[in-house]
Parts: sequence; C-alpha cells; structure tokens
Amino acid sequence: ECRLGGSAKRSYSITSCASVFQVNVRDALNQAMDEELERDERVFLLGEEVAQYDGAYKVSRGLWKKYGDKRIIDTPITEMGFAGIAVGAAFAGLRPICEFMTWNFSMQAIDQVINSAAKTYYMSAGFQTVPIVFRGPNGSSAGVAAQHSQCFAAWYGHCPGLKVVSPWNSEDARGLLKAAIRDDNPVVFLENEMMYGVPFELSEEMMHKDFVIPIGKAKVERQGTHITLVSHSRCVGFCLDAAAVLAKEGVECEVVNLRTIRPLDVDTIEASVMKTGNLVTVEGGWPQYGVGAEICARIMEGPAFNYLDAPAVRVTGVDIPMPYAKILEDHSVPQIKDIIFSVKKVLNM
Amino acid sequence: VQNPPSPLLSLWPGGTRMVVSARSFADFTPQASFPIKKCDLHRLEEGPSDEALLTREQGLQYYRTMQTVRRMELKADQLYKQKIIRGFCHLYDGQEACAMGIEAGINPTDHLITAYRAHGYTFTRGVAVREILAELTGRRGGVAKGKGGSMHMYAKNFYGGNGIVGAQVPLGAGVALACQYQGNNQVCVTLYGDGAANQGQIFESFNMAALWKLPCIFICENNKFGMGTSVERSSASTDYYKRGDYIPGLKVDGMDVLCVREAIRFAADYCRAGKGPIVMELETYRYHGHSMSDPGVSYRTREEIQEVRTKNDPISMLKERMLSNNMSSVEELKEIDLEIRKVIEDAAQYAISDPEPSLDELCNHIYARDPPMEVRGTNPWVKLKSVS
Repeated sequence: ECRLGGSAKRSYSITSCASVFQVNVRDALNQAMDEELERDERVFLLGEEVAQYDGAYKVSRGLWKKYGDKRIIDTPITEMGFAGIAVGAAFAGLRPICEFMTWNFSMQAIDQVINSAAKTYYMSAGFQTVPIVFRGPNGSSAGVAAQHSQCFAAWYGHCPGLKVVSPWNSEDARGLLKAAIRDDNPVVFLENEMMYGVPFELSEEMMHKDFVIPIGKAKVERQGTHITLVSHSRCVGFCLDAAAVLAKEGVECEVVNLRTIRPLDVDTIEASVMKTGNLVTVEGGWPQYGVGAEICARIMEGPAFNYLDAPAVRVTGVDIPMPYAKILEDHSVPQIKDIIFSVKKVLNM
Repeated sequence: VQNPPSPLLSLWPGGTRMVVSARSFADFTPQASFPIKKCDLHRLEEGPSDEALLTREQGLQYYRTMQTVRRMELKADQLYKQKIIRGFCHLYDGQEACAMGIEAGINPTDHLITAYRAHGYTFTRGVAVREILAELTGRRGGVAKGKGGSMHMYAKNFYGGNGIVGAQVPLGAGVALACQYQGNNQVCVTLYGDGAANQGQIFESFNMAALWKLPCIFICENNKFGMGTSVERSSASTDYYKRGDYIPGLKVDGMDVLCVREAIRFAADYCRAGKGPIVMELETYRYHGHSMSDPGVSYRTREEIQEVRTKNDPISMLKERMLSNNMSSVEELKEIDLEIRKVIEDAAQYAISDPEPSLDELCNHIYARDPPMEVRGTNPWVKLKSVS
C-alpha cells in the first residue's frame, strides 16, 4: 500500500514501499499546501509569482494548475498592499497563506504583520481572530548580498500575538506548515532557500495527510551528555555535522532543534542543559538582541543556571551586513568549525 | 403630500400641541422627496439620483441616530476633560451624516472598516453607547473589555477602529476579496481621511481592487484637515474622488445624510453588479480638533467652525427638512432629544461606575483557541497566565 499523490510521483522515489519516502523540503512544503488547500476551501495562497510562475523558488509548483485563479493568486509587487489584503481576508473568514518572496521584503509590510495581524486578537479582547500564515525564505542564501540576506527570527520572535516557526528538515516543513495553516492565529513561517533542495526521509506516518507537528515544541535531534547545542533552521544541520566530528573526540553533543521561535520551548532546552551542564546556541542571524541572546537570558533566569559548568555561549552570523564576495560571505555565517571551536572552548578542551 | 393640521389643535389652550403617537400618523407627512446636490463624477456616465425619498420613519431614525452620535461624542469630550477618558480620543461630531448615510444605504450583512475617528461607526454598526463609553473609560463592560480603547472597537462586520493611518484600506480590500471569494454578494465599505489619502498602500489597494474587481467602496472622508495640515498643504491633487485614477469616483456632500445615502446605494449597486471598486469622496467637517489634545483653532478660524455649525450642520439640516415638510414637530424631536440625553447619561454613569478589568485579564487573548499558557511578567518571578 504505497501512498502516491499526484505531484508526489515526480518528486520522490520510494526506497521501501511500506516505510520511507525521500522528500526534499520544497516538495514537503508543496505537498503540505496542496493537502491543506484540498482539505479546507477557505485556504488560499497569494504572493508574487506563486501562480503562473509556479513560485519564485518553485515551492508552489503545480498548485495554480490544480486550483486555479481563485485560490492561487499572483499579486503585483506591492507587499504592504497584499499583506494587508491577506489580513483583511483573514478577518472576514478566509484562511490565507501570504507568501513573501523573501522575508526581506516583509519589511515593506511589517506594519500589517504586527499591527494588523499580531495584535488584533488581543485588542479586540478575543472577538476578532486572524488565521493567517505568512511564509517565505528567511536568512542568508548564496551570493545575494546585504539586502537579501537578513534573518528575521529575532524581529518577529519579539512580538506577542505572533507564532514564529522555523523548520529545518522536510518533516519539520511538512508538519509545521500544516499546523500553521490549521492554526487560528497569525503564524510567521520562516523557510530557508538553501534547504529547499535537500532531501530527507519521511516515514509513512509523516506522509499522512493529518500529520502535524505541534507549534511551540522543540525536538531533540541527537541525544548527548556533554553539551547542549540549540539551533533552528539550516544551522541544525551544521550542529549535527559538528556533533559527528566531536563524537570522534569523545564529546557527545545533544542537539536541540527549536522548530518554533515563538512560543519558545524553554522546558526542552532547560531539561537538556540540566542534563549536560553546558550550552552553545547556534543561529544564522546577527548576535545582538538575537534568538541566542534570548535563550541565554532564559537559562540565566531559570533553574538550569545552577547546572551550568561554564557560561552559555552563542554562535551567530557576523555582526555586519552580508557581503557579496564568496570568501567574505563564507566568513559571515557560522560554519561547522565555529561550532566545534566554541564547544571546545566551553568545555575547556 | 401635505396634510392639513388637525382640527383638534384648537382644543388645546395657548396653541400648544401634545404629541400623541396615534395622532402622529394622521398628523404628519408620511414621506417627501427632497432635491439633493448633484455629485461630481469621475469616469462615470451617470451618478446617483438628484432626488431622495425620505419617509417619516427614516427621518426620525436618522435624526435619532445622528443626534445620539453627536451627544455621545460631546459626552466623551466632557469625560476626557474630567480625565476619566485618557489617551487618544478622536471625535466625530460634525461628520454624523457620513456614518448615518452609509449605514442607511448598505445592509447589516455588508462590511465596514474605518480609521481611528471611529466612535460614530461603532454605534451605527450596532454597538450600544454604554459599551462604547465604557471602552473609552477602560472598563470591563467596554466593547473590547477595556483592552482596545478608542481606536480598537470591533463588532460583527465591523473591523474597527484602526490606529495606523491608511493601514485599514488594504484590510478593507481584503474583506472585499473575502466577499467575492465567498460569493455572498456583500460589499465592504473602506473609509479613510484626506490625510491618509496620500498613503502608498491606498494606491496599492486601488490597483489590486481594480485588477481583481473587488466589491470594495473606497470612501475618503474629507474634513479638510489631516490633523493640523490643510488639504492644500498636504495634497498635490485635492480631488480625492479622482485619485483612484482608473477607478470611477464621485464627490458627495457629506453633510447631507440623504446625499450620502443615495451615493452609497449607487456605489453598492455598482460593486454588487461585479463592476469592481468605486471611490467616493464625502465632503464633511469636524467640529473638534484632530483629537482631544488639539484645540483645533490654530490652523482654522473659529469663524469657519461657527459658519459650518450655523449653515451646514447635518442634524440641523435634517431637522429643517422634516419640520418644514411637516414630517415631525419641534415637540416630537425635543422628546427624542430628551430620550437620547437619558441614554447618554445612563451610558456615562455606567462607563464611570463599571469596574476596570480584572488583572487576571492582563495576558488573555494573546492566541485564539489555544490551551492556557504562561506569559513572562515584568520580572522572572512573575508568572502570568494567558487563556484564549
């Protein structure tokens, strides 16, 4: 009983009929949207090039052909306008998915995301819900330079009323996007362009059309005893790679994949730190007032502080606008060697 | 059609009349037709009718509603000066014909969104005066439980109350998109001021609304001043009804409730016929300054304000029309005034005496339909709870 969906045929091969599917992150997002569009007719997608172009990064490939103009809408290049329109549609009973071609362009529309979407349920004392998902690629890419490389996890993670989600792999992408679309609250969904083409194994259970991952719950991707690495999005992969290298030297890292930036799963992080006694956070964004800064502050303020054998430390992007030249760009983002170096420093190795 | 005065009049000493409802029907003119100002048109061959039919019932309803808004706003002014209302308070007195005329010309199932000068619309869209005043005084009986305040009041098919200038316009276009999507033949009235009319996101909304033929009525309430800046000083083009460019528009006398009503009926018919959006400019005037912190006389003269009050007041104009056509009497309208005064007084009493929200309310309504969660307080030891 192999489960094959229409678009799924093209995008993955079946390694073992009953157990696992190879699905890359792009296709995981695509299938999640397809299934949710089918499940609930109030769901629709709007954004630049999402329809006839199949998506700037092909994440919405095939959806316009299947669902048509009414549900997959190409917008003009007017973020503030179409984000506001999406929020208004959510006010009036629809469930929009509003795509920003990259999260950098969301700055044009950030007032609608924060003041019109995030705060409305509170301001109306629970009268007006805003069931909207804003999604798009976030953070650095490759060679796109300063204006197209910013990470917005900290900016949106700062604001009450929003849920902010940052998937790493295909399982995350699929389960969290479905959860986000089904959530009655405004969700900021931060994808990563460099991850779109990366394949991961999905189990049959994960391929089920009602597979959702709870928003607000982190996942321990790798058990460890000596140090906790907390990360989100693409950097989770780097942490796992660093952990593999460190394991050869007898250091066992526990890798926590945040999955959700807001609400932050402090309990999982604390439990891990209380077990290992050491903490390094890893993120692609800038250090000042960032995700890692928040995690360190929370650890300081909570029970896990007493279990720390050394100060918690952050690995982040370099505190500069992203340069273009490859050698400079490579040195602007955290690399595996930076994680290994920081772990060894913390462990005083 | 004019009925002759009742012969019973002569029975009352001193020529005074007692108004008894059974007598009213026989006594008063049931309806009359009034000529109204012709609208300036943009990209339209025809506009609304230049004549409006007003029934006695409608007249009394419009009078009652506008007078209620007027009195409510003046009461808010009083409460603000007593420091019982705080923060922002943008009053609507002078502009009543806009809110009333619009409501008279659309259905309750249609949608409406406006900016921060919203108390009038909050009332016409169905929220009781006491809930509006209690929201202004920040009490738990307020329409938003005291958590929203002046600019954030909501009701069925009424999306506020919006504090960010111009942001409500794309929102309104989005509501219209939902109407089109759901195929329910409803329209969304999307209001903004002359100050907001230059906002880029409004032109973005015009573009998409026209492109997709959204059933959106864009309405510019032009009260001649964006805060302290006159339209001449803010806008290269003050023909706000033409600013939709490719979108047809009409310019309406916003002080005449009948003019507004006929115009909105015309506009709603246009949208419901699937022709796309339409732009309306309502020429109106606010007696108060921009907000309670603006006396409103540094950028305009007291003489100007007084002239509008005497020559162009929307409530006076309606009253004039009804009286001179025997559709009501001075006594009847006075009685209505007294009823309204009582409603406002009771509402104000309620707004002053209702308790403030409980501190337990502080963190509620962060997320909808979620299990209760913990919220960070001012320090790490304060653990607050949020329920949906």
